[in-house]
Amino acid sequence: MAKNRNSTGLSEKTSDLILILITGFVLLLVAYPLYYVLVASFSNPYDVYAGKTFLLPSGFTLDGYKAVLADPNIPTGYLNSIKYTIIGTVFSVTMLYISAYPLAQRDLPGRKFFSVFFIITMYFGGGLVPTYLVVKQTGLINNMWALFLPGGVGVGNMIIVRNYFQNSIPHELIEASEIDGCSKLRTFLRIVIPLSMPIMAVMVVFCMVAYWNDWFTALIYLTGAEKAPLPLVLRNVLIKSSVSAAQASTISGGYAEMNKVTEMIKFSSIVVAAAPMLIVYPFVQKYFEKGFMAGAVKG
Amino acid sequence: MQATKAKALGPRRKSIGRRIADNWQLYLLLLIPVILTFIYKYIPMYGIQIAFRNYKASKGIWGSKWVGWEWFERFFTAPTCGRMIRNTILLSLFSLLWGFPVPIILSLCINQLRFPRYKRIVQTVLYAPHFISIMVVCGMIRIFLSPSGGLINLLIGKQIDFLTESGAFRTIYIASGIWQDAGWGCIIYLATLSNVDTSLYEAAKVDGASMFQRIMNVDVPALLPMAILNLIMSAGSLMNVGFEKVWLLQTDLNKATSDVIAVYVYQQGIENAKYSYSTAVGLFNTAVNLVLLFIVNTIASKTSEVNFV
Repeated sequence: MAKNRNSTGLSEKTSDLILILITGFVLLLVAYPLYYVLVASFSNPYDVYAGKTFLLPSGFTLDGYKAVLADPNIPTGYLNSIKYTIIGTVFSVTMLYISAYPLAQRDLPGRKFFSVFFIITMYFGGGLVPTYLVVKQTGLINNMWALFLPGGVGVGNMIIVRNYFQNSIPHELIEASEIDGCSKLRTFLRIVIPLSMPIMAVMVVFCMVAYWNDWFTALIYLTGAEKAPLPLVLRNVLIKSSVSAAQASTISGGYAEMNKVTEMIKFSSIVVAAAPMLIVYPFVQKYFEKGFMAGAVKG
Repeated sequence: MQATKAKALGPRRKSIGRRIADNWQLYLLLLIPVILTFIYKYIPMYGIQIAFRNYKASKGIWGSKWVGWEWFERFFTAPTCGRMIRNTILLSLFSLLWGFPVPIILSLCINQLRFPRYKRIVQTVLYAPHFISIMVVCGMIRIFLSPSGGLINLLIGKQIDFLTESGAFRTIYIASGIWQDAGWGCIIYLATLSNVDTSLYEAAKVDGASMFQRIMNVDVPALLPMAILNLIMSAGSLMNVGFEKVWLLQTDLNKATSDVIAVYVYQQGIENAKYSYSTAVGLFNTAVNLVLLFIVNTIASKTSEVNFV
């Protein structure tokens, strides 16, 4: 048999090359739209329209970003989103941990009952309006906590964390700690939490992303415009294509060019909204697979 | 494993009352999640009965008149009812058919890449769109499809307003969905593949198997159970078309294909405050889903010994 040859006649090197070509093509397909938006956000809108910005910015300008910041709603929305993301993430991860840990104890009486109690809600729920009415009755309309309390206990993630506790934290450690006189709570705080940092990193990122990107909950429950998170503020620009007077005044040329100005603001709005999460996730990426594997296998 | 442990613990097993008392701190931890779940998940389930009543906020649930199936009848006789059910099913069915194979093929390719740095870059980039808000993605879709100066029209040299064409809606919805989530969908498959015994690859190499043969004979069988499970589970949520993206991409002119139940439930319930009617439509949707899920779970537990429900 010839060296590096086999029945299909492709050498290892050729196979590698084919794989690199395929993945490289997909890579471009995924990355290019994002790159194009970034480039266009720094470009003169006329050049974007003329198709001169496929690879590099043309007529470099920061006007789009100036216009984004000129609309007072956008900085407010940004601050709101940061606030909601921080509070929501702390709240949700806490809820995940305090529910997943008891459920991970095989000898806890009632464990099965509580598991079923939570899991049922994954498959059946009251639906939009009945939930809305309960939120209303509990006085959360136009209250920030409407974003956290109703959906704060994420059952899917809870199962992942529970399985992680069962599979990746040595049972002997917990027993040893209890024999040494630590209470269950102290063991949880001092032994289990520090040992669960990989899955915590994953959950923090999941929750951060969910809260940063959420707007539907805010659309329903936060009626006041001053409480809208960033994506909801951007809806006016991105979906309805309307710009505020404050934004329009930053652009020289007047209303005749409104349409193009709007497009320009869209590009910079997208960059402003998407950047934070795109910067954060690569730092915890290495935990994703590990966390999924430890969490997906039932213990 | 569990059985042997129980046996080992057997002799010093405590009474149930004692075990509950020992664990009081753990129950305390569970308290808040249980209360929240009860209030915001279980009470709304109880509230579903307004689908059978003429709910008036002033009269409360019990005071509102019982009307039986009236709201359901109204939905089924609504002129757009058939269209909405059809669109909902077709949109998720086609999403599943097109979207399901992509992460599998991608992860098979990524898994065989032998250059760790390049592999990592590929993964990082493919995960990226998952971290972007649907609002932003829909904003991008609208920009790219704009008839004047949109990227797609620039590339094909035409001026088509895609979002006003009902024939294009499903393609837009599905293609952008694959763009956003196919990479992320690889994670579970890559994690499965990373558990494949490396000696299998070595044995295959010694036997002279090409990379393609290794993929077909080692990787594919390893992925198959997970893939089947995923497919079955997605089939169980066939009526679950997300509200957000459809709502953001819907225009008056593409409604022939973009009119779906989820959007209708929102418009009737929140925008028009027709609480009972909207609840009835939502309940219909949930009920169909539950039936599908039940069928699918029965099949799944017979074929793969795994059941989720």
